[in-house]
Amino acid sequence: MDYLDKLENQSIFILREAHKKFKKLAMLWSIGKDSNVLLWLARKAFFGHMPLPLVHIDTSYKIPEMIEFRDRYAKEWNLNLIVGQNKKALEEGMNYTKGRINCCTALKTTGLQQIMEQYDYKGLILGIRRDEESTRAKERYFSPRDKNFEWDFKDQPPELWDQFKTNFDENTHIRIHPLLHWTEINVWEYIKRENIPVVSLYFSKNGKRYRSLGCAPCTFPIDSPASNVDEIIAELKLGKTSERAGRAQDQEDTYAMQKLRTKGYM
Amino acid sequence: METVLEQPTSTETLKFVMVGHVDHGKSTLVGRLLHETGFIPESKISHVKKVCEDQGKGFEFAFLLDALEEERDQGITIDVSQMFFKTKKRSYVVIDAPGHKEFLKNMISGASNADVAFLMIDAEEGIQEQTKRHAYILSLLGIKQIAIVVNKMDLVNYSEEVFNTTKDIYTKYLSTINVTPRTFIPISAYHGDNVTTRSEKMPWYKGQSILEILDNFSSNDDRSKAFFRFPVQDVYKFDKRRIIAGRVEAGAISVGDEILFLPSGKATKIKTIERWHPATGQLVSKTVVAGESTGFTMAEQIFVERGDIGCIVSQKPIVSDHFQANIFWMGNKHLEKGGRYLLKIATQEVECVVESILKVINSSTLEEISKNAHEVAKNEVAEIILSTKKPIAFDTYDEIPETGRFVLVSDHDVRGGGIILKNVEHYSAI
Repeated sequence: MDYLDKLENQSIFILREAHKKFKKLAMLWSIGKDSNVLLWLARKAFFGHMPLPLVHIDTSYKIPEMIEFRDRYAKEWNLNLIVGQNKKALEEGMNYTKGRINCCTALKTTGLQQIMEQYDYKGLILGIRRDEESTRAKERYFSPRDKNFEWDFKDQPPELWDQFKTNFDENTHIRIHPLLHWTEINVWEYIKRENIPVVSLYFSKNGKRYRSLGCAPCTFPIDSPASNVDEIIAELKLGKTSERAGRAQDQEDTYAMQKLRTKGYM
Repeated sequence: METVLEQPTSTETLKFVMVGHVDHGKSTLVGRLLHETGFIPESKISHVKKVCEDQGKGFEFAFLLDALEEERDQGITIDVSQMFFKTKKRSYVVIDAPGHKEFLKNMISGASNADVAFLMIDAEEGIQEQTKRHAYILSLLGIKQIAIVVNKMDLVNYSEEVFNTTKDIYTKYLSTINVTPRTFIPISAYHGDNVTTRSEKMPWYKGQSILEILDNFSSNDDRSKAFFRFPVQDVYKFDKRRIIAGRVEAGAISVGDEILFLPSGKATKIKTIERWHPATGQLVSKTVVAGESTGFTMAEQIFVERGDIGCIVSQKPIVSDHFQANIFWMGNKHLEKGGRYLLKIATQEVECVVESILKVINSSTLEEISKNAHEVAKNEVAEIILSTKKPIAFDTYDEIPETGRFVLVSDHDVRGGGIILKNVEHYSAI
């Protein structure tokens, strides 16, 4: 087994644990590279099937190519797609000029909370990774959120020997992170090996490409000539900027991600 | 400092954990290692610089990991961070564990994932409570490759004498818990002495730097030669195939081999090994080895379920409803004699009762607190006898660690972990 096989096998083990232990379980599909890898791993875990619904939180500000990609593969792969949107906040005019942390909380966190309540999901699978940013470096594979959706990072449950937190109170839910141990380069190497489709926004056009995808007003492309997966891998091996440098909400405040994630952000 | 990003020659990854008493410099060392190997983005360095300036401090390498506001304000690590870097030799995952007693469960979560460990001692403060406790926990977790780091040598004028005294005292302690450290390294994480390069300030030290020692640890984790163990995770019927899914925890197996499932006792041959690969259709593999998440279709449609352990008939695990174990307790509520807990071992889950607490040990001083006790408090270690509601399949930890270790759950959370010492065949309450 090489290192990608090891990463894959661990993720599949986690996905199967989640599927066995949670009757009300969904997977979050942000349409980014990580959640596409996650979806791919789920189809491996379940031998070509995707037995779980995919939830996409549409802030209405997503880059149009992302929505096209979503709709195309939802159809092609016969996925059970559930789209959530915080319509009330949008009607009241929520956008990033009201403060990026406020906007992310309303359109993403609250949008997600509404869907979770509507469908009564007790487990939610997400494609976050430890190397993305420092609060995620402290995450567990199975990470509880309380009834207010909050993450108690000061008192996380022990997690050892792949025995996960699969017992929980009725009014709480568990976030499941099967990609936690992957790095950004691992994700691209796996995309290459498995030939996994990704949104074309990741590939350079006119000297710029997106390294991380989010809402149009708060996500900026980086200067890069990398126009295919090989060139992206080569670029990342030399890279010295952080993956989320193009995500404006992270830079809003010194502890922006801690504040967002404590409240239930992805 | 000029940094060059290393590209390793091998694709293997080694996971190491940094443990030791609070404030002895674990996060500082990890921060420095990441910085000097060039794996901290410039944007993060300037971010931490700004935070330190706002707090009126010099550059704190620890802040590269201690990202939570509370951690930076109090200068302690609350929870484990896992970070990534590479050397010429291979890739690393570094697990920075908290040194505060209150966060021992987080240290255990981090250390249980590690292949090797660095245990840190402050040269000035010397051996403290967690210095001892963490070593003992590492030995319980089965981590055998351990190097001892004597940090803050700058505060003792890089004194060889202080280093040797610390080394002598600690070696004695470690021998009482059967831990043989690989080596002792004098360093200053803050100034970077003996971290990635050897320091001129300690010419008396002829050994290697942290990075060299790291590259010399072995990462031999091949478990495919062990006895075959396949804990069933689930049985799928998504289409016409009935697939028994799980991960091979130890050993290897091939199409046509007979698997015996215990404790249920059913046996049949493997018909196919299933795998989904869209590019090549259903790729047929004939053998699976330890570490692979896989699925089998069987020659006969026997009834097996989650929790059963697949094995080869000549290499059976123990099936019993009593065993003796070493446990470490992390719960705020004491573990009680007669108490009922949920036992999770591999994929088996069963209610169990604490039949007897043979002895309780203070995990730092190793002092035997009591014999035939009634409870085990948080952070204590004990030898106990557990009985399960129905028979389960297991191995002793020494034989096959993957099926010889377990956790105890109560009130929805893991409260304790343990390793099985032996089967108890004829148990009668004392």
